[in-house]
Amino acid sequence: MTDTHTLLTVDRLNKSYGALPVLKDVSFTLGRGERIALIGPSGSGKSTCLRAINFLDPPTNGDIRIDGELIGRRADGRPMTDAELAPQRAEIGMVFQHFHLWPHLSVQANVALQPRKVRGLAANEAAKLADELLAKVHLGHKSGEMPSRLSGGQQQRVAIARALAQQPKLLLFDEPTSALDPELVGEVLTVIKELANEGRSMVLVTHEIAFAREVADRILFMDGGRIVEEGPSRRILDHPREPRLRQFLSSLSLPEGRP
Amino acid sequence: MNNAMMNRIVDALLSGAIVTIEVSLGALALAMAIGLTLATIDNLARARATAFVIRVYVEALRNVPSLTFLFLLYFGLAALGLRLSSLTAAIAGLGMIGGAVVFDIFRAGFQSVPKGQSEAAAAIGLKPLAAFRLVILPQGLRLALPPLGNYAVGLVKDTSLVAAIAAPEVMFNARQIVNETFATAWVYGAAALLYLALTFIVGQAFVLFERRLEY
Repeated sequence: MTDTHTLLTVDRLNKSYGALPVLKDVSFTLGRGERIALIGPSGSGKSTCLRAINFLDPPTNGDIRIDGELIGRRADGRPMTDAELAPQRAEIGMVFQHFHLWPHLSVQANVALQPRKVRGLAANEAAKLADELLAKVHLGHKSGEMPSRLSGGQQQRVAIARALAQQPKLLLFDEPTSALDPELVGEVLTVIKELANEGRSMVLVTHEIAFAREVADRILFMDGGRIVEEGPSRRILDHPREPRLRQFLSSLSLPEGRP
Repeated sequence: MNNAMMNRIVDALLSGAIVTIEVSLGALALAMAIGLTLATIDNLARARATAFVIRVYVEALRNVPSLTFLFLLYFGLAALGLRLSSLTAAIAGLGMIGGAVVFDIFRAGFQSVPKGQSEAAAAIGLKPLAAFRLVILPQGLRLALPPLGNYAVGLVKDTSLVAAIAAPEVMFNARQIVNETFATAWVYGAAALLYLALTFIVGQAFVLFERRLEY
């Protein structure tokens, strides 16, 4: 069905809100261990595209496959219920722009919830795993805190640990630094870079172009619900071909006098 | 006023207070059970028919006066051959009416939990029921506590209605003892203070509970 190198296949994804199309024939593949960044102006459909992968925003039509397995639709084509989707979503880690930590649970319990309640680990094993992952995102000392006591950057790192606790095949990042104060962006990007260096498969929606260049193997530029241009990160950023991409990149360029 | 009369008034009001507390606790428990069950079903069920049936129950019980509903349960059912004790009818009546009120409180509480919370729960692979139990319910309960406290205080006051179906609670006993002693101002004044004490305790209990659930 699919070669062993390909992890994720997105095939002719379309989505409309009523009469308004937001995704138009979006297709791409992600290799195992590969990292793709989705960039583009706001409203270009990049977040919708990302959220279609785990069916938080189900596409109107088109196929998503992970390791050849069709996501969100049963063999007979009927859409899956949320209960049927749950085992598929369990294999896809997601990091949200606004973290969405569960405020009534401790930091450790936030990370341990998936291993305990979805994968059935014993409470002490799940807690141990949570503490290991919190140490990995440099928050081992915050295990017992409540999320509200943490800064935005720390909360987002907990959210990353929570996604890692799923032992996911694929990590999705939906503008993971857009809601952060500028001085907190670096610590989150550092953690994501560390994960990238481990060879994890990722799709990132980001506004941080320098970060996309550094972390992503390939960049997809979206505009108006379509992939307008795609290619290796450096080529896309240094030698854009499409006028719209050039325009987008120049709109982001820093003011004169800054590095 | 002599001591014997004083003792009779105190006895009557205290035995009434016990019934008031019984009716309040019984009706509160029933209302919470009905309200929480319906709000949970409403949150999880996707069929429109389910939402419709719940809506019918809620609208019917919210829009019939409590006294009418109590008479219906106590006298109406008795006329059809089902004789409830006045205490049972009181608890069932106020509890069923309260179920409609508490349903709306819980529904609003669950709906106030930000959407991202359930999205994050779905994203890690929790099924809807587990996501509800682990993520929505604990947060929704906390959001529902202040209005639940208001409802519980209102319920204690509404138990005075069940005097009309001869449940021997504070107001029922107060009226009887007034008929015997004619100490109208004293008796109703004492009854008012008693309600004030009960509602204060209920209000404080909810405040304490809220603090315990803070995060």
